Amino acid sequence: MLHTVNKSPDASALRQCLQFISVDDVLVLIEDGVYCGLSGKLCPANAIDSWLEGPSTAYAVLADVEARGLLGRIDPRVVLIDYQQLVSLCVAHPTSKRWS
Amino acid sequence: MKKLLFVQSKPPHGSLQGQEGLDAILAGSAFVDCAILFSGDGIYQLLSRQHTDALASRDYAATYLALADYGVDQLYCVAADLKQRSLTMADLLLNPTLLDDAGVKALLHGADAILDF
Repeated sequence: MLHTVNKSPDASALRQCLQFISVDDVLVLIEDGVYCGLSGKLCPANAIDSWLEGPSTAYAVLADVEARGLLGRIDPRVVLIDYQQLVSLCVAHPTSKRWS
Repeated sequence: MKKLLFVQSKPPHGSLQGQEGLDAILAGSAFVDCAILFSGDGIYQLLSRQHTDALASRDYAATYLALADYGVDQLYCVAADLKQRSLTMADLLLNPTLLDDAGVKALLHGADAILDF
């Protein structure tokens, strides 16, 4: 299953997502959700750390990262992807949940 | 002259609110005394090196640089919000005045009208 988060850590989207996501699921940060991928000391909530410390993967859309001036500020454990790779992830995971 | 306070509280590009706020500031500056408070995620609007080429979103951050030409020179941000996000003035396009909580309260009370974006 694929989970997308499109709000910054100031909203409750990421918190709710992490509350219900399973370890085999995939997390994709899109739009304002890319602020959730800011590296530990830059991220206000720091909430994504527990997810990144596990075996699971988090992705962030590169175009959204660049648009917000965040290139180089994203946690290196977060994999930056283009739209083609986002589509591939969606195809690979027929079920998805949007947290917003 | 009336004093308007525009509060920018949303990050850029995820919604149109930031851009609409800035447009309103430019329009308002023709008539009244305008100040801007960047609050919470709103401070991300001033982050430098935003490249929006790949999005259907305008890089309106550059427009902030024109504010001085419109006579808008009262820019404020909440010091705690900046610190919480590990941002410094060097990360920003402009240098808003840092306010502590008491300073923000005084700013809010000193305005004739507050417009939230």
